[in-house]
Amino acid sequence: MKVSSIKSGLSALFFAALLAGCSSNPVVEEPTTSTDIEDTSVQTGQVDSSEIEDVAVETVAADTIFYFDFDKALLKPESRAALLEHSAMLQSNPRNVRLEGHADERGTREYNMALGERRAQAVKEFLVLQGVSPSLIEVISYGEERAAAYGSNEDAWGLNRRVELK
Amino acid sequence: MGQKIFALLFLLLFSSASYSELVIRVTQGNDKPTRIAIAPIDQTGIQTGEDISRIVESDLQRSGLFETIERRNMLAFPGRAQDVYYRDWRMLGSEYLVAGQLRSVGGGRYQLEFSLLNVTAQKTVLTHKVSGSINQMRDLAHLVSDKVYEEITGIRGAFSTRLAYVTAIRKNDKYTYRLNVADADGAREKLVLESAEPIMSPSWSGNGKELAYVSFETGRPAIFRQNLVTAARQQLTNFTGLNGAPSWSPDGTQMALVLSKDGNPEIYLLDLQSNKFSRLTRHFAIDTEPTWMPDGKSLLFTSDRGGTPQIYKLNIATKRTERLTFTGNYNARPSLAPDGRTLAMVHRQKDTFHIASFDLKTGRMIELTQTRLDESPTVAPNGAMLMYATKQGDRGVLAAVSLDAGVRYVLPSSVGDVREPAWSPFLR
Repeated sequence: MKVSSIKSGLSALFFAALLAGCSSNPVVEEPTTSTDIEDTSVQTGQVDSSEIEDVAVETVAADTIFYFDFDKALLKPESRAALLEHSAMLQSNPRNVRLEGHADERGTREYNMALGERRAQAVKEFLVLQGVSPSLIEVISYGEERAAAYGSNEDAWGLNRRVELK
Repeated sequence: MGQKIFALLFLLLFSSASYSELVIRVTQGNDKPTRIAIAPIDQTGIQTGEDISRIVESDLQRSGLFETIERRNMLAFPGRAQDVYYRDWRMLGSEYLVAGQLRSVGGGRYQLEFSLLNVTAQKTVLTHKVSGSINQMRDLAHLVSDKVYEEITGIRGAFSTRLAYVTAIRKNDKYTYRLNVADADGAREKLVLESAEPIMSPSWSGNGKELAYVSFETGRPAIFRQNLVTAARQQLTNFTGLNGAPSWSPDGTQMALVLSKDGNPEIYLLDLQSNKFSRLTRHFAIDTEPTWMPDGKSLLFTSDRGGTPQIYKLNIATKRTERLTFTGNYNARPSLAPDGRTLAMVHRQKDTFHIASFDLKTGRMIELTQTRLDESPTVAPNGAMLMYATKQGDRGVLAAVSLDAGVRYVLPSSVGDVREPAWSPFLR
């Protein structure tokens, strides 16, 4: 139901845009209901060139994964540059972000939940100190429940002790 | 924002998974096991689909305290005590014999009358009648095991208990988490909850009728309770941050749990009647994994307030805490034996994590397992064995070890990662 109404709204709008491109034609005001047009105007907005530039800034952006030592929640020096970039971006272009904290498989599951949260909190504190509004940041821990790398070895563990900015 | 809700509920009563994920293999037994013969049950004309004697045999074998006489060496299959020729069993070196017969008593009910005989003393030790429906033959068998085990060892049998555990299956970067309940021997696995988001930390209610657990189905961790008979389910917490490590009080009226809503993980009590939360710990360190002392007056928990994770005891009335473990730099996830004195926990030795027992009176610590990544110890309600999660290759499996480390067995899985076992209380 909803999909089809959006679709019909889209095609109506597309048709309207086509007509508008040809010449100023009174038929333009025609299409369906106003709510449908509101829905689809979000979609057409993405075709706007300024929006495309926004996307490009994000793809150039710094790392979104920050790694930690075993049973530690101290930020590593190598995370600093990327976190500064994120804090600058979040201040100039505020958006809601989610910091997902993770642990490696060693140790107990609930303790690792706490550890993952502590790591994500460390990242949050850094961003807030740089001036990012704390209300933009949600912290969630997955403990050892969502491994990024598989295998019981140092390499995999190192990749799993992380905070992901999303 | 991960609002995908994929929770599927199944009535425990009606869902019965056709596959059994757990297969028992005893890897080490007792030095001087008691030799016992379980004669095939006389069940003339009744198709039960189960071999009751075999179930009793494997129960007793799994305890590590018994060695069973092979069926093919038996000279007779007596169904009643009066049909037993003791000489036949003495020749086989059997110290005890179990004989029984199953009869229909009408109304879809079946009665199993069985006897335990002392072959050496040539006398009947006990005779019991137990009955159930055709679908309860495994229950009847475990009851026989419980009676026989208790009579010979003096320890209450725990074969009629159950296990809750979590399995995780990863396929093309999609996960399926399942919370299951099975008999203590791994048979009759039943699905309690399935979700695409993590499920953690199952905890039994004192009466064995409910489970509490952590589910991420809302996109964040939250604690739920679920009735195993009706599948009725209730979300208990929905706070910012951690909502974890639920542990039901022995009398069932309260739940200890972990919330980090005030900034970092603290232990709370939830009164299940009034739904009021009260905070028990106040420390900037990690406080987690609460578990109850049998008297319900104190909790044991894990904290890294001393710099490394260690086990602490908390008096609920006075809020006084006391550090219990000092050996090693990682002691966590306490699980108390029913004697209130023997504590099982995860203990780090160099770079390996295994299960150790710790005597609260003497302070003596014994390493019970030798594998590398052992966790989630849970002690059987009779205190004889504990179950834990370990790795076989890259797969998580459940294993068991006796609290004196003399007996051990593995329950290899055929599907996914098996983890977080929780042994039920006595169910009858």
